Amino acid sequence: MNVTIVDYNSGNISSVVNSFNEVAKDKVKIEVTSDLSKIKSSDKVVLPGQGSFKSCIEALNNIDGLTDMLNEFAITNKKPILGICVGLQMFADIGYEETETKGLGWVSGKVSKINNQNGKYKLPHIGWNQINIVKDSKIFKDIENNSHMYFVHSYELVPEDRNVISSTTDYSSNIVCSVEKENIFGTQFHPEKSDKTGLKIIDNFINL
Amino acid sequence: MLKNRIIPCLDVKNGRVVKGINFVDLKDAGDPVEQAKIYSDGGADEICFLDITASNENRETIYEVVKKTSKKCFVPLTVGGGVRSVEDINRLLNCGADKVSINTAAVENSKVVIDSSKKFGSQCIVVAIDAKKTGEKWEVFTHGGRNNSGIDALKYAKQMEDSGAGELLVTSMDKDGTKSGYDIELMKKITSNVNIPVIASGGVGTLDHLVDGINSGASAVLAASIFHYGTYSINEVKEYLASKDIPVRI
Repeated sequence: MNVTIVDYNSGNISSVVNSFNEVAKDKVKIEVTSDLSKIKSSDKVVLPGQGSFKSCIEALNNIDGLTDMLNEFAITNKKPILGICVGLQMFADIGYEETETKGLGWVSGKVSKINNQNGKYKLPHIGWNQINIVKDSKIFKDIENNSHMYFVHSYELVPEDRNVISSTTDYSSNIVCSVEKENIFGTQFHPEKSDKTGLKIIDNFINL
Repeated sequence: MLKNRIIPCLDVKNGRVVKGINFVDLKDAGDPVEQAKIYSDGGADEICFLDITASNENRETIYEVVKKTSKKCFVPLTVGGGVRSVEDINRLLNCGADKVSINTAAVENSKVVIDSSKKFGSQCIVVAIDAKKTGEKWEVFTHGGRNNSGIDALKYAKQMEDSGAGELLVTSMDKDGTKSGYDIELMKKITSNVNIPVIASGGVGTLDHLVDGINSGASAVLAASIFHYGTYSINEVKEYLASKDIPVRI
């Protein structure tokens, strides 16, 4: 089996790569590339994302054919894909960071700034927060409810269909922190930085 | 609920861990990679490396340290010390740092903060402020605390938030190494003045100092000596904070 981490110049992906290599050991091949044919032949794809929604979408669009290939992989062929942080946010129809930007449109909804309630909540939401698992998700196998995960973000995904939400976290309001829609998985938190619990989620995804 | 973070800081010189008392009298205390791993296994919420390597030819050592550490530690890793440019930040991030803290370079040229936060995202840009009380106000010091910039620390904190910093790491020069507690007045003033998380640093000697730090509005507390010389374990710190109704990850 091989898992491809999409390297599309969206900032720092070394932690994602290190964590997948740690979990995969020698059993699973981890590729880090934006090569379309390699993505096409992968069993699973990971879409990381750092920086702003706009800059990540632009970086995706800067690589010829990448968005089409991801669409084919996730929507036509329905193969497992995991979006992390802005990688998850890009699944939405539209994002409002910096300026209005069209997303991949895989999960109906928008990405908007967390309501900081006039400065009562500091942004970015940085640090360890507990997840409230609201539906069974394959990537949460053997993950206890209320586990701590590491977050760094100021924007949140607001899906139209609440049924895609697999967990939320409490910061200002109940923020969506993971989704599962058929073969599409995403986490707002960083499993690669969430210690052993995070590595278990990566393991669950690899073993889907 | 978001938990308050406990961040052990490792001062690294020429690839080895040291900890300064008031920035002098360095004592060697081990291999940074192993130390970081011990901390992350022990429940540290984040690890901070401060590179205090003086000579340029040995500056390369920190990249190797970061590279090795990031393959073993799966909690956030912040690296600072001697970061001069967007290119330095890029390199540290590529080696596996999750956040980079910028000190002197941010004071000399705020464009480094503006450009790097645009390029890599605010989430990985920490501005480190070394502040010292002079009369009724605090001033920002640079070059490891040697030079007084004369800049008002409170105004500067706000300016760095506006420039795109995702977090502020505030160290009291008066308190650092004294084990007499954080400069609470300074922390309160800065945390109430900005809307980004503030990490309190400089002066921890007892568990109650950490409690005071969090109660001053800091989102995270950074300490070196109390962990490094084994005065307290990370777990002991967390148990104590929890007993004082401070939310921590246990």
